[in-house]
Amino acid sequence: MIEVNNVHKKFNQKVVLKGIHLKISKGEIFGLLGPSGAGKTTLIKILTGQLEFEEGSVKILNKSVKELTGEDRKKLGIMMEQFGLYDRFSCMDNLKIFAEIYRIPYNKVKESLSMVGLEAAAKIPACKLSKGMRSRLQLARVFMHTPQIIFLDEPTSGLDPATSRAIHQMIIAKKEEGCTIFLTTHDMEEATKLCDHVALLNEGKIVEYGSPQEICTKYNHQKRIRLRLYDGRNLDFTHAKDSASEIYSLLLKEQVETIHSSEPNLETVFLELTGRCLQDNE
Amino acid sequence: MRNICIIFKKQLKDTLKNKTILIQFILFPLMTVVMENSIQLEGMAEHFFAKLFSIMYIGMAPLAAVSSIISEEKEKNTLRVLIMANVKPWQYLMGIGLYVWSICMLGAGVIGLATAFNHEQFIFFMSVMGLGFMISILAGAAVGILAHNQMMATSVVMPMMMVLSFLPMISMFNEKVEKVAKITYTGQLREILYNMSWDLILNNSIVVIGINAICFLALFTIAYRKNGLE
Repeated sequence: MIEVNNVHKKFNQKVVLKGIHLKISKGEIFGLLGPSGAGKTTLIKILTGQLEFEEGSVKILNKSVKELTGEDRKKLGIMMEQFGLYDRFSCMDNLKIFAEIYRIPYNKVKESLSMVGLEAAAKIPACKLSKGMRSRLQLARVFMHTPQIIFLDEPTSGLDPATSRAIHQMIIAKKEEGCTIFLTTHDMEEATKLCDHVALLNEGKIVEYGSPQEICTKYNHQKRIRLRLYDGRNLDFTHAKDSASEIYSLLLKEQVETIHSSEPNLETVFLELTGRCLQDNE
Repeated sequence: MRNICIIFKKQLKDTLKNKTILIQFILFPLMTVVMENSIQLEGMAEHFFAKLFSIMYIGMAPLAAVSSIISEEKEKNTLRVLIMANVKPWQYLMGIGLYVWSICMLGAGVIGLATAFNHEQFIFFMSVMGLGFMISILAGAAVGILAHNQMMATSVVMPMMMVLSFLPMISMFNEKVEKVAKITYTGQLREILYNMSWDLILNNSIVVIGINAICFLALFTIAYRKNGLE
């Protein structure tokens, strides 16, 4: 569905992407993780034909991105943070413009609004919507014409947990309908929850690729189990036969409050690989 | 054609909710109706206010409207969404241009009707206005494309509007200003409207208007080649 080979991109003298390789299959949710400034949005812009690139090749829908026709582009849905809404128009009117462009019947507009939970706000001007509602309206605009590939640039950035959860459910529903979804995020929980595969992008380079589970397992060097006892002590055990009997005996004595295995999450893997946090404010 | 109509319809709906643009379209026709029907001074030229405000209408409304619409869409990134939805840049520009031209022609129609021109005069008046609007739209589009945001567009378009609309008016009272005003298309259109006859249009006027149109077309082309609709 999406094939990226050795893509390089620079702005003036600054190299932003350095030899990116990716292959994303149909019906997959792919997550591109990286901190701000890693090159995520640049890559989305290249994949959607908004930006030229110096070297390499990009294939979308089995065609070079440079050869995509207008009809091909209609098979793509793009939600980018900076993509705007018509502020003076109601939610309904915002979607109606694109329904006309995509030749979609108007009843689909109502359907899309109710899908994102905005049916009650149909007549409210976009300028009066909260940030979360605006994001949902943007999503409705993306989903309305049932695209084959959906690009989402940090779809839940700055949203409250409830809205984020609602958006996650919509993304999963789209995957179940057979859509391929390419999303960028710096939220490792989001990536772990949603993505079949992720790539960790740092300073324009992919430093790791795989399923979240595979990556976390691969970097589980410590292989330790940590027990917290009711008396407040923390005990660390290795993945060894000897540990089993000790843990068993503590469990029998009902002294164990919590048990945690030590496999890393995507955040700690990223930190290990790059020395940087995914979220810059952390 | 379909996408041009969609942009046209969208803009029509937007104007009804956008008072700043709406006022640009209504102000001069309204002022003409009021002034033509309320003020009559001895020795005042026939249809004085209609001709005066018409030139100001040409020099202000399309320029301000087109530059504001394009720069706002760029600033808010709605234009990018349209382009990604396969609306071609030329379709967008045609839609906006056609829309502003039509609304301005409607306003010109109101001025024409309020002024009680005869049939021939009305056709002449509308033709002159139509031509003037086209050149102003071209200038406004160039500014809209060059500007990064609405504020920048306004600060560029404001002095242009002053020159194009006030210079022909002031030239009635000052010969030196008249000499400068004559090199602008609005200055020449004022002369043409003043004479109100096909036979009295001077070659000189046609040349000046043509040069103005070519200059703005060149500016528009350069702006478009340089920035596109980015």
